[in-house]
Amino acid sequence: MKILTGNDLKTGAVVWWDGEGWSLHVEQAADVTDAGADLIAREEAARRVVGAYVIDGQNTADGVRPAHIKDRIRALGPTVRPDLTLKPADPQAIDWVI
Amino acid sequence: MVDVQFRFRDDDAVNDPAVTVDSFAQQSNASAVRIEPGDDARDLLPYLDRLRLIEVNFPVWTDGRGYSAARVLREAGYDGELRAVGDVLIDQLALLRRCGFDAFAPERPLDPADAEAAFTRWHNVYQATVDGRPPIWAKRHQG
Amino acid sequence: MYKYDRYDQEMVDARVAEFRDQVRRRLDGSLTEDQFRPLRLQNGLYLQLHAYMLRVAVPYGTLSSAQMRMLGDIADKYDRGYGHFTTRQNIQYNWIKLEDTPDILADLASVEMHAIQTSGNCIRNISSDQYAGAAADEIVDPRPYAELLRQWSSFHPEFLTLPRKFKIAVIASETDRAAMKLHDIGIRLVRNDAGEIGARFYVGGGMGRTPMIAPLIRDFVPLDQLITYAEACLRVYNRYGRRDNKYKARIKILVHELGREEYTRQVEEEFAHLLTQGIEPPIAELERIKLYFTDPAFEAGLPDDLDLSDPDFRLWVERNTQAHRQPGYAIATVSLKPVGGIPGDASADQIRLMADLARDYSFDELRVTHAQNIVYPHVRKADLYTLWRKLDEAGLGTANLDRIGDIIACPGLDYCSLANARSIPVAQRISELFAAPEKQAAIGELKLKISGCINACGHHHAGHIGILGVDRKGVENYQLLLGGSEGADTSLGTITGPGFDEAGIVNAVEKATEVYLANKQGEERFLDTYHRIGMAPFKEALYG
Repeated sequence: MKILTGNDLKTGAVVWWDGEGWSLHVEQAADVTDAGADLIAREEAARRVVGAYVIDGQNTADGVRPAHIKDRIRALGPTVRPDLTLKPADPQAIDWVI
Repeated sequence: MVDVQFRFRDDDAVNDPAVTVDSFAQQSNASAVRIEPGDDARDLLPYLDRLRLIEVNFPVWTDGRGYSAARVLREAGYDGELRAVGDVLIDQLALLRRCGFDAFAPERPLDPADAEAAFTRWHNVYQATVDGRPPIWAKRHQG
Repeated sequence: MYKYDRYDQEMVDARVAEFRDQVRRRLDGSLTEDQFRPLRLQNGLYLQLHAYMLRVAVPYGTLSSAQMRMLGDIADKYDRGYGHFTTRQNIQYNWIKLEDTPDILADLASVEMHAIQTSGNCIRNISSDQYAGAAADEIVDPRPYAELLRQWSSFHPEFLTLPRKFKIAVIASETDRAAMKLHDIGIRLVRNDAGEIGARFYVGGGMGRTPMIAPLIRDFVPLDQLITYAEACLRVYNRYGRRDNKYKARIKILVHELGREEYTRQVEEEFAHLLTQGIEPPIAELERIKLYFTDPAFEAGLPDDLDLSDPDFRLWVERNTQAHRQPGYAIATVSLKPVGGIPGDASADQIRLMADLARDYSFDELRVTHAQNIVYPHVRKADLYTLWRKLDEAGLGTANLDRIGDIIACPGLDYCSLANARSIPVAQRISELFAAPEKQAAIGELKLKISGCINACGHHHAGHIGILGVDRKGVENYQLLLGGSEGADTSLGTITGPGFDEAGIVNAVEKATEVYLANKQGEERFLDTYHRIGMAPFKEALYG
């Protein structure tokens, strides 16, 4: 599947396109199929997102996961600071990242 | 032809068609020339007396060669119109002024209020260039 | 240290107002991201892997305690309670909001700091010797010259859209502690036969994709022509530096392609012209700046002896302190490389503590080193024990300066959008493997440097042992380099062979140290042994 990610223009937070808007959680990422370029143009023009791009993702039992390690790290947070990730209370969260 | 949006000269506007640096050498009567980023402004130095307009084109504003070109021309004594054309944006105006530009023809017109703010933002400057402004080091040691 | 006058303050205040206006125009749609990006970069604001990242300038690595305290407060107020000290003597914050940035810059301006030109294709923060003004071997304090260059390069109208970034380092001693020849311009202040001070220019060094050691292009530039000569170097670069290929745009490529002689000829030609233009500040300006860098009020006649009965303290003194030119004083380095820690990171509390200790024990002054550590330049030897105790209680007392645990590492793929592999976990594993002080003592001086991509922010080319992270089909892979150095004996490391996975690279480093220990003669350092025995024995151990 193709998923769409970027950063929130004002806060810089990593966000994922969930089909209707932007979510902080990669699990909610929608398959944008071939609509990525149009969505990027529209959402960047509306100044909701910056640096948006389409990546490969996989639908797993735990939800959507980016194919490349770089985007998996973006999805969770720095692997060396679990306390600063999106799942600070879950020591296993890192397992799907690396 | 894009309009000149800002001009800091008292003489009459120059509307002669600008020729390329290459063709300028052959057209002995041309009084206006246009410098592209890859041109060497020093090629024009022998002819400054008969030039009334030099346009410096910025196809993309992040290509800064035009700043050096402008200063080289002013340092050599050129006092005709020096016009920045192309991808000229608000946040370059003050810098271009410092390098000797006195006319601006942005390919997309700029917001006048933002441009005014940009032209007047810097009350002091650290470097001596060709704009005649005394740098901070000169103010510190005057008198 | 330098203090702003009303002009300097006005300049940074104007910059804050300008950036506030630029952010407004970005958020209201007047500026596109393509138009805004170079503007925010020239204010140190990146869009990184997780958020915006702000890099704050620490000019020539020198800070007051009030400035350091502000850095800690910013970490708490606008970030997540920590900062990362970088290999260019700056600090960066990883979790910044665009809308907060003008306020952060205003807070910085209130303590005479800024983020001007800490990124972008312009002249960056000027770096220098971290022991400047304290080192026993310097001929002058290089910082006034760096400050003169800072003011010249700040908002320089001709040089803000160069082909690529431009880094300048200034030193004033034979021993190079600033990797000077690995800069776009490296300046070493020297004394000529007549006893006059002048500047020796090396141009076209750098790491990154095509590492090069800068060649000497001018042996002696008189001080009243320093700025003019630098301007000539930059103008030739701005005119001819390549803009067709980002990877060939640094000045090192221009100098290499033109050749040192031709580049020098063009600089000299431009220099002769610029000398007629009156762009050089008067010597009186340099003298004005120098007054800010006079010695602090050292006490005379202090004893040099130290009570070293506490073995941990003794180890720290041996590792982390250097000779000061003033009797009774020492230079002390705080290692930001605790065992298993993140190289260069410090919490807001640690930053504020380091600030307080500078106020109490080092004449209000600190330095950031390119090895991502913090220096107290002027500590009474009688205060060293108390200082160390207070540092140690806060996890800042690690005794490993220039040892294998004192690893330089870029943020890598944990934070950086350019990275191909993570750097920090590799540093942590190696640091843990060599945690025992006796292990580090046996190995002696060993500079280990890790970069998470070819841009070489972790200076891997210049490590006695260097590690370069690469992406091999989506999997992190690490290449090993041996034999680099950044000091007087500047040299570039050589890749040993095929790369390793994370566990493999840690193992490979261990094997390399074993080869060294087995072959070491006398007082040889790792680097010396490598130079004597060459790559073959290491390759044999690694791949044989």
